[in-house]
Amino acid sequence: MNDEGTRFGWLTCSEIVELITDYIEGDLPGPERERFEEHISSCAPCRQYLSQMRTTVEAAGRLTEEEVPEPTMDALLEAFRDWNRP
Amino acid sequence: MPPPPPLDAVPVVATGYEDDRLLVDALRRGEEEAFAWLVRRHHEALLRYARVFVRDRAVAEEVVQETWLGVIRGIGAFEARSSVKTWVFHILANRARTRGERESRSVPFSALVARELEDDGAVVDADRFLPADAPRWAGHWAVAPQPWNAPEARMLAAETRAVIDAAIAGLPPVQREVITLRDVVGMDAEEVCRLMSLTDGNQRVLLHRARSRVRAALDAHLTGEGA
Repeated sequence: MNDEGTRFGWLTCSEIVELITDYIEGDLPGPERERFEEHISSCAPCRQYLSQMRTTVEAAGRLTEEEVPEPTMDALLEAFRDWNRP
Repeated sequence: MPPPPPLDAVPVVATGYEDDRLLVDALRRGEEEAFAWLVRRHHEALLRYARVFVRDRAVAEEVVQETWLGVIRGIGAFEARSSVKTWVFHILANRARTRGERESRSVPFSALVARELEDDGAVVDADRFLPADAPRWAGHWAVAPQPWNAPEARMLAAETRAVIDAAIAGLPPVQREVITLRDVVGMDAEEVCRLMSLTDGNQRVLLHRARSRVRAALDAHLTGEGA
């Protein structure tokens, strides 16, 4: 960080990458959030990193898109029927 | 006879099962549609969660089957102190833990958590940043992250999914459980803290490490090098 940055308490990129989950989760307290956003707005590599973290979260969320195999579903419905049979 | 409601007032997916009370009532009445809906909604996520505890796919499938049987038998006594979803995952966690190799390693869960929290914190290699004694821009990127060559189709490709899967499978056990529940299964932080008996702060630190590592794996895949 340059001298100006230190004086104004700007965050470094190495600090930004550690705060990114708190930021995405909405858990950064107001003043820190402002400092985070100030940095991000003027730092393209950190914007890139933030966007890649978001993409990572989205991609993980799309892992479970397979359908339940039919034999599995049939067996489970059978068990449900058996249990509920009067 | 009253006029029929205007078409746009009729919900498109009118199962109503998103509402736990309606879902539980329907299950208790023995409505198959409700059970099929619940299974479709959580089956694969349960399988992924089971594999946090048991690596063997066939054993994981058995654990999930047992979980559904537990749901069928337990729904009559379900007291709605949590959401149906949390309850179902709780049943799985209990069953999977008794079958899982993680527990048989005899390291208590709290010790695993402590070990993963103690780890050196930096999620990106220090040499990606300028050193603290650099004359200018200390702590800023020395090697900036490269853009990903990742159009939507590539992100969805089996190859990319396999990279994410492998990265998650390679995580330390507690981080693996946290990211599976949060990002793969889609639980919120509060539910995960309750299910895993973690504090909110610890949950977030572990999630951060897990996500950062999975990002690094994707980065290596989508740029040909790693951050």
